[in-house]
Amino acid sequence: MNILTRVINLPGLKRKAHASRQAEGVLIALAVITLFASLRYDAFLSEYNIMTFLAYNSMFILIGLGMCFVIMTGGIDLSVGSVVALSSVVVAKVSEYGIEVALPVGILVGVTTGTINALVITRLKIVPFIATLAMMLGARGMALVISGNQSVDVSWESNFTQFGLGKMFDFIPWPVVTMLLAFAFCWLLLEKFAFGRHVLAIGGNEEASKLMGLEVNRTLFGVYVLSGALAGLSGVMLASGFGAGQPLEGLGWELSAIAAVVVGGTLLTGGLGSITSTLLGAILLGLIFNILNFENGLGTISFSAYWQSIIRGGFLLVVVVIQAKMMNRKKAH
Amino acid sequence: MNNVDSIDLVECDMPSMGALSQAPEVVLSMQGIDKRFAGVPALSNANLALKAGEVHAIIGQNGAGKSTLIKVLNGAHKLDEGEIHFLGEAVSYASPHHAQMAGISTIFQEVNLIAYRSVTENICLGHEPKRFGMVDWRKAHAHARETLARFGLELDVEQPLGSFNIAIQQLVAIARAVALDAKVVIMDEPTSSLDEKEKAVLFRVIKELKSSGVAILYVSHHLDELFQICDQITVMRDGKTVEQKPISAMSKLDMVAAMLGKDPAEIAKGGATNFAATGQVSDEVLFSVAHLKGAAGLKDVSFDLYKSEILGLAGLLGAGRSEVARAIFGLDHEMKSGKMHLSGQPVDFNHPSRAIAAGFGFCSEDRKEDGIIPQLSVRENLTLVLLPRIAKYGLIDEAKERQLVDEFIRHLGIKTASMEQPISQLSGGNQQKVLLARWLVTNPNILILDEPTRGIDVGAKGEIQALIRRLADDGLTVLMISSEFEELVEGADRVIVLQDGHSIQELANEQLTENAIMKAIAQ
Repeated sequence: MNILTRVINLPGLKRKAHASRQAEGVLIALAVITLFASLRYDAFLSEYNIMTFLAYNSMFILIGLGMCFVIMTGGIDLSVGSVVALSSVVVAKVSEYGIEVALPVGILVGVTTGTINALVITRLKIVPFIATLAMMLGARGMALVISGNQSVDVSWESNFTQFGLGKMFDFIPWPVVTMLLAFAFCWLLLEKFAFGRHVLAIGGNEEASKLMGLEVNRTLFGVYVLSGALAGLSGVMLASGFGAGQPLEGLGWELSAIAAVVVGGTLLTGGLGSITSTLLGAILLGLIFNILNFENGLGTISFSAYWQSIIRGGFLLVVVVIQAKMMNRKKAH
Repeated sequence: MNNVDSIDLVECDMPSMGALSQAPEVVLSMQGIDKRFAGVPALSNANLALKAGEVHAIIGQNGAGKSTLIKVLNGAHKLDEGEIHFLGEAVSYASPHHAQMAGISTIFQEVNLIAYRSVTENICLGHEPKRFGMVDWRKAHAHARETLARFGLELDVEQPLGSFNIAIQQLVAIARAVALDAKVVIMDEPTSSLDEKEKAVLFRVIKELKSSGVAILYVSHHLDELFQICDQITVMRDGKTVEQKPISAMSKLDMVAAMLGKDPAEIAKGGATNFAATGQVSDEVLFSVAHLKGAAGLKDVSFDLYKSEILGLAGLLGAGRSEVARAIFGLDHEMKSGKMHLSGQPVDFNHPSRAIAAGFGFCSEDRKEDGIIPQLSVRENLTLVLLPRIAKYGLIDEAKERQLVDEFIRHLGIKTASMEQPISQLSGGNQQKVLLARWLVTNPNILILDEPTRGIDVGAKGEIQALIRRLADDGLTVLMISSEFEELVEGADRVIVLQDGHSIQELANEQLTENAIMKAIAQ
């Protein structure tokens, strides 16, 4: 933590350098933890552990990427956890038609909820927190209604489960491939496209953006639709990887996504953020779970899932406190 | 100060206050007040003496230090130097709330009460009548009604405050001050959102307060209304209190002259130009505005804008200068009426993007609030408006972007370590150049500049002024708003004078002098 502290406290960093240093900070923390874990647990660096870890965490990384865009505009999307559940239920119902159908359907579910979020936020001028809170409740209810409060079995005859369980070249799990593609897409969108620049401009100074004639509403629209679409995709992974549509899954995932974004150094006030740091933040948070699982496996200490959550919460708090200090220092200048 | 003279009066009028107490009449005095923000002086040696039962106006140009003076007084800012005496004691308040509890109430421009609570609660909050430890609502309502009745106001005090209009809300704010037994009430632009009838009610209330011995500190840009209700005038300029006089000893012309630091006799003469008329202005009307009406007191503005001229808009703050610019640029569209023509074709933009597409650019007044995006670099700030034009399917042509940015940094002489430096680290003058470049890079036909040189150092100011002239010579048409008449006289080919939302005069050639502008404003 010391290194992380020192790195993100460096004053007067340029934005680009700032972002890359955030990434650097998380990267150092990752390296330290990985080194520690690889020395302590034999199986930690095994192909099996790495791939399983990445495949499982791909779901969280996807919604983290969407959340990063939302937060860069100064907004929030609380609905993603419920949207994952809704999407998983819906795609389980259509799984017999194969992944070719299920994948677009799952994404469409997310695009639909994202569109509704965006309409409520931009047309009805409801703050994102409330608008997406309503969707969080609504989408969860929808998932329960469609599934009849039961997990929905997927078809094992079609190629649907191949997506969640299969591997490309017998090596990389498809969820990881998908996640890497989504990461590349989001990175390009932020760094190379006018859209990303507008996202940062609106989060940095909305009034100035309006005076410049930027399409503020259209940009916000895109951001919430993107967040929804990625949540929908995450839902496809869930149903396909676990063999069932799960109306009660995804509880609190939106908060994990926010945590990943925040750990990555993106400020909740908007205008600043990094896709790479968000990816690393999500991996860092996942890694802590992974290590606790190994610890349980060693039998030295036994952490229940409840304790894991407490430890993760404590970790998040430390990072956020450091960020707040950094913000205060910036204001003092 | 006249404290010394009035000490005798204390002792004969109010012997109970004892020999130690200060002047009887002067309830509040501020002496030698200094306030700096990050080393930049906002107030230097400001003085003020406020007597019981007087309405004391503070006037001055934007940035003269009026708001800072008020904020130092009510505890919103801490003073660096100087002393405040209230009722004979040296005081210093930690916040406006503390000042209010001690008897100095501030009525802000934006009413800062709780809109969704009842009128009674807003008046009594913090000092509710209690019975058995619980709020005695019957008593509270009666108390609220009583307080309002003093101003001839009858309201359903159980209704939420937000259900009444701004004028009423403001009166409730004043009633709260009275209920708290205020000795000093500070009013910051109280009439800015009131119509004539509401204004009359407010003035009646002010007179009522006055007769009960409350001292009122009154800040306003509307000089005419001062003659209706004020007794004393303190003029501020550059953070100093430059003049304090009874209003009977001042004319409107004197006030304008004192605010700007000029000799009134010279203004009255009108007279000779300091600058020859600049270049030949074409006779082709590029853009015209007729009877423009809109937000925030924009009532009736008409003018023609000739191709490649610099047209100045002059007027005091609140005259409607920025509102004209915003209305043209497609902002505040809901409230707008009037006709606009571009190259003879009627136009009416409902969004800035439409105005931009038609060849307009608009550098707004407040660089920090609505100009720069502080987190982004010089490069990113400079190309934000242009971006769609150098992007293919949304993908930014980075080589093109860098080349253009580099070109404009050199062309405008922007001093920055590199194009990747965050804009917030640049000096004010260089930030302004980046914002100018943001529009110039889009190659506009008409550029609207609202206070293009405000708050930047003299060197950069001269550079920017020269740049604007050069651009106009190259064919750009400029509409320039400025509070500095010198800048308008030197820089503009013609000037339209605005007063109270109306365009009242056009000045050109030998008529265009600082004195002529001031004279028009003081009409």
